[in-house]
Amino acid sequence: MHNMHHIISIRDFEREDIDALLTKAQQIQSLGSYKQTLRGKLVALLFFEPSTRTRMSFASALARLGGEAITVDSVEGSSISKGETLADTIKVVSSYVDAIVLRHPKEGAARLASEFSSVPVINAGDGAGQHPSQTLLDLFTIKENMKLDGIDLGLLGDLRYGRTAHSLSYALSHYDVTIHTITPKSLEMPQWLSTELKERGTEVVEHEKLEDIINDLDVLYATRIQRERFPDMASYARVANTYKITPETLKDVRKNLILLHPLPRAGEIDPAVDALPYAKYFRQAANGIPVRMAMLEDVIL
Amino acid sequence: MSVKKHEGGMLINPIRDGTVIDHIAAGEALTVLKILGITGSCNEELSIATNVSTKNPAVKKDIVKISNRELSKSELNKIALIAPNATINIIRNSKVVDKAGVEIPTVVTGFVRCPNPGCITNSDEPIETKFKVVNGTLHCLYCDNILKSDIINYII
Repeated sequence: MHNMHHIISIRDFEREDIDALLTKAQQIQSLGSYKQTLRGKLVALLFFEPSTRTRMSFASALARLGGEAITVDSVEGSSISKGETLADTIKVVSSYVDAIVLRHPKEGAARLASEFSSVPVINAGDGAGQHPSQTLLDLFTIKENMKLDGIDLGLLGDLRYGRTAHSLSYALSHYDVTIHTITPKSLEMPQWLSTELKERGTEVVEHEKLEDIINDLDVLYATRIQRERFPDMASYARVANTYKITPETLKDVRKNLILLHPLPRAGEIDPAVDALPYAKYFRQAANGIPVRMAMLEDVIL
Repeated sequence: MSVKKHEGGMLINPIRDGTVIDHIAAGEALTVLKILGITGSCNEELSIATNVSTKNPAVKKDIVKISNRELSKSELNKIALIAPNATINIIRNSKVVDKAGVEIPTVVTGFVRCPNPGCITNSDEPIETKFKVVNGTLHCLYCDNILKSDIINYII
């Protein structure tokens, strides 16, 4: 058996690792769901906080490869959460299965789990921390539409707290991408991250207004702007309205522009945009399946 | 080992056996001891001098002398984060038998707490904290949080 490996953070990935995984996902997608490479394998979907979409997506990916999922309906209130350390839970559960997919409210929980597990661990989100499958499916969707090199990508929304955007921009720093940040004041990308990206050779250009840059973008990645980040409803509404994407916003954009969003959306994108060729966010969500299939195969086989 | 002459006598006595940590930044001696886990209730005889004059009139320093205990290299490297210029003298029979600087470790384990309350290392789990040292800042290997300037406040 080869060395056990986990998927914990996109920061553990070199460019070759990302490319290899995306290629694998592309192959799986073109082969369809009859590729039953994980028949007879058991995977624990250990979700310490609710995330219906991510859990269903991993369950679907696993079933399509012929593997079986063991899930706990509600970790809250079950014996698994009663005073037991995560370390102990992982030691026990890893003796039942061939891999663990973990979702946990604490940052770094997946790293801890990988230290105590006797089987591979996949991080399905740890609190405000890492969520590598999201980043990989974002990259997969971009790659499906264009080369990952030589593009202008806009990140729109809350870049201060939005870890989805943080992980994606870090991953993109392996490629020749110019990142344009489009944020309201006070929700700018943290200094440490923009410095790190620049040190890694990525150009980061800051914008406050979407209309200043939207017509020069190849990818526009919108994220949610959360109400609780604003002192009152009025200032939230004002900002949310400024950044809302409508068919009007998109009237002069590049033909090849793709519009992405990790979903669920909360008014950032007008549903009227869904019918336009730029809208790729539902495709992006669907791409979670081949990408998670590739991740499961990658750690188990 | 130089002996600090002070008007009317010596500021602190030389030791016969043990460890002398010299060239600690002025005012950091107590923090250095805290990191090394040495408190007043230890058995070792301790001498601490703070704000000692140096050849350069603009620079003051702290000195710590610990009798009858030779600190290991890994123990001493812990203090490198806050006292990167410290020098270590191991004394046996009143003679310096080993003299070295401290080296900043690449990974810091177990004695710094992560400032992120949401980090798993601040839960009741059987693990030690781990940080990667990058240009004098600490990067939590669990939650990716970065600890920059106030490292002293997070020493366990």
